[in-house]
Amino acid sequence: MIIQKPAVAGTVESSDALVSVEPGEGKIELTLTSSVMNQYGRQIKETVMETLKRLGVDSVKINIVDKGALDCTLKARVECAVFRSCDASEKDIPWGGAVS
Amino acid sequence: MKNYVGRDIPDALLVNGKEVYQGKNYMDGKYIKKASPCTRRYEKPQESKIVETLADALRLCGAKSGMTFSFHHHLRDGDFVVNMVMKAAIEELGLDNLTIAATSLGAAHDPVAEYITEGKVTGIQTSGIRGRIGEVVSKGLLKTPAIIRSHGGRPRAIEGGEVHIDIAFVAAPTSDCVGNCRGIGGKSNCGSMGYAMTDAKYADHVVVVTDCLVDFPNVPASVEAIDVDAVVIVDSIGNPKKIASAAARISQNPRDLMMAENVAKVIAATPYFKEGFSFQTGVGGPSLAANLFLEKYMDERGIKMGWAIGGICGPMVEMLKKGKVGKVIDVQDFDLDAVNSINQTPNHFEMSASQYANPANKGAFVNKLDFVVLAALEIDTGFNVNVLTGSDGILRGAPGGHPDTAAGSKCCIIVTPLIRGRMATVCEHVVTVTTPGDCVDVLVTDYGIAVNPLRPDLVECLDNAGIPHVSIESLKKKAYSLVGRPDDLQWEDKVVAILEARDGTILDVVRKIKPYTID
Amino acid sequence: MIPRPKPERFRLRRTMIFMSAQKPGLIKDAYIYGVDSIMLDLEDAVAENQKDAARFSLYHALKTIDYGDTEVIVRINGLDTPHWQEDIRVCVAGGADGIRIAKCESAQDVKTVEAAVEAAEKEFGVEAGRTLLMAALESPKGILNAYEICSASDRMFGVAISGGDFRKCMQTKPTPDGIDMLVARGQMIMAARAAGVQCFDTVFTNLDDMAGYEAEVRQNKAMGFDGKSLINPKQIRLVHEIFAPTEKEIMQAEKIVRAYREQSAAGVGVFTVDGKMIDIAFIPGAERTLKLARACGLWEGNLV
Repeated sequence: MIIQKPAVAGTVESSDALVSVEPGEGKIELTLTSSVMNQYGRQIKETVMETLKRLGVDSVKINIVDKGALDCTLKARVECAVFRSCDASEKDIPWGGAVS
Repeated sequence: MKNYVGRDIPDALLVNGKEVYQGKNYMDGKYIKKASPCTRRYEKPQESKIVETLADALRLCGAKSGMTFSFHHHLRDGDFVVNMVMKAAIEELGLDNLTIAATSLGAAHDPVAEYITEGKVTGIQTSGIRGRIGEVVSKGLLKTPAIIRSHGGRPRAIEGGEVHIDIAFVAAPTSDCVGNCRGIGGKSNCGSMGYAMTDAKYADHVVVVTDCLVDFPNVPASVEAIDVDAVVIVDSIGNPKKIASAAARISQNPRDLMMAENVAKVIAATPYFKEGFSFQTGVGGPSLAANLFLEKYMDERGIKMGWAIGGICGPMVEMLKKGKVGKVIDVQDFDLDAVNSINQTPNHFEMSASQYANPANKGAFVNKLDFVVLAALEIDTGFNVNVLTGSDGILRGAPGGHPDTAAGSKCCIIVTPLIRGRMATVCEHVVTVTTPGDCVDVLVTDYGIAVNPLRPDLVECLDNAGIPHVSIESLKKKAYSLVGRPDDLQWEDKVVAILEARDGTILDVVRKIKPYTID
Repeated sequence: MIPRPKPERFRLRRTMIFMSAQKPGLIKDAYIYGVDSIMLDLEDAVAENQKDAARFSLYHALKTIDYGDTEVIVRINGLDTPHWQEDIRVCVAGGADGIRIAKCESAQDVKTVEAAVEAAEKEFGVEAGRTLLMAALESPKGILNAYEICSASDRMFGVAISGGDFRKCMQTKPTPDGIDMLVARGQMIMAARAAGVQCFDTVFTNLDDMAGYEAEVRQNKAMGFDGKSLINPKQIRLVHEIFAPTEKEIMQAEKIVRAYREQSAAGVGVFTVDGKMIDIAFIPGAERTLKLARACGLWEGNLV
């Protein structure tokens, strides 16, 4: 997918994450702040990268403010932000395909 | 050298008779030589000990660089006294190389972090360390490692001379002109002043700081004029709103209530739950809520609680007033209901920190305790508890009376949710061991109960009562299945804090954390 | 990926708790309170501009969280909204046990949803007929059409009345004795029983009024409801206590089932238990009592 415009998903409530994406410059630029950085920073990065790869996103500026979200929440927020950036979040989501 | 709980203690720390932790009651029966302070004689009749300013009081007491000042934390997050005293000592008298020996330090003392980074404060000894101070100490900015002791370990160290207090500062809600202090009757009331009592007896000099001067004699006094050198009157010793909450309310959080009910069930299943039993609980959500459910079981069995100790708040006072508990004895009061009750409600008494929890005296209250219900930041599969460092390795907690009550009580119950956000509370290895696993008996979580295998008798009690329980290992697995297995924290060699067991041996050290960055 | 067993159309559903599908902190482990069913909500609990985000959360929750024996139902948005079709796709793809049709007013509504569910099952390779349905009746029209709704599909396991919207339509407010909804509740239960499906009462929203709550749950039981919708875990216990059979009822049921098995083996159709005449008509009730008793942890036998 190609990030077409800035979009956000999620919240900064405990156990959630706020994910913002905007069009990138040919690569993935990730910035991350997390309340569990020292223990889970590596895994959060992995999850985000995998999710972007599944969605076929290879050019994006993505900023994540993580408040201790579980992996399933992180994935959901990244996916939602990406689909929103393409105006494609409302219907015909590839459940079980690119979203899984 | 590895200690009893498997922690590697640097040999460099094992000097001057310091040993590593070797299991609970290792020091039992040994003799100690008590320290004696060098105190000044006030033979002449004296009208008043009031001096104009804190700087004057410091000068009167011969304050010098390199000294140790002690403080107590009854004013909690509302305390102004630590900051005022340190400001006077450092900015007015120009002192440095100072050690703060406090019963707890928190967000109220953020300005002290600046003195640490400037190198003016070079030593911290405390039972609690939070806020900015915790952060700068974790960054290794304090010149010497902070020494963390429990509420019982602290008076032990003071009485045994390991900590020598040059000047003790007593934050007094009321004082008379010669320094008889009480925790009530003023505008910044805190009730019990139990943590200040040992300090006043063992310090060379004692300065009372109050914002409410009352007529002589202010009795019954918590800290007595016979130990006081000077009295300073300030506008305000603290913010009353942060000293004592209006009333500690029992949590309505369904998760807390579910856990609290299971705590009460466990208690009721043991042989110690009988007429006259003794009890202490923390003020955290599920710990405090245990009161509520315990009362139900007491009514059912037609029994009363003999006595309760602790930090005390409203719900326990309520039980005292209803006649469901015989006596309440406390070192600290957490809400206005408790503040207004101590020494007022019949059978509600004050005690010193030493009397409460010191393992080196001849019989602290904790040693007679049947049950204690405590919280935890983390608990590992060896039942070791951490209440000091966050999962990120930063100092942000307080052993307080946790290790003392756990060790002294017949049944120590830890109650905590299995996970908090993405943090596994039940884990493989706690970041820091603050209460050793040999003192912890039962763990109650929202996902199940686990009994320490060291207590087969309690396993039997639970089985007989039909209370389901699982292994702590399975709880850890469940936690990791939810949040993922955390990466190990990365540490530098530098030790930023030493954690003493209550008996004075070294239980653990906290090193400087290497923060994770994503690139 | 957590494989879930095939949903049971008729199972114990005393308590069904609403949880916003958009709140990660809530949905991650709502099952720990021992509720029978969790109702993950895509409808009223989710703001209009977060419907998409809620579906992503829901999908991953369904795929990763082990809800164990707890049933997982999803409340989808009404058929008059642009959301319901995608709601159905995500429920089926995620493997929800069932779907609650909001604001259901006719058999046609059920059939419309059923068709979409069938299509989704095909699309995502889910066993045909796996996804169950229930309907929320929220208007007088829904209540009046209760029977046709209940019997509209083999996937239907029950109906629930939704008090908030229903009272608005009726221009009434909650009354302590429940008179405001007495007829509607009665009519719905009758329709459900006639169609052989379960029926569930509406939520009680004043969390501080535990006495009022208890009175309502007692009335629910007396009227014959199978269970109740809840908004807070602290409401669970009371329903389970009140809906639990008494010791006497359990003993009686056990005797009846035992005697029936013995007598029918001997070819006897009518017999007496404790002086009371018993025939085959008593058996389903007695068996239901024993199953309920076992679910409540009050009975450990193996007669049923």
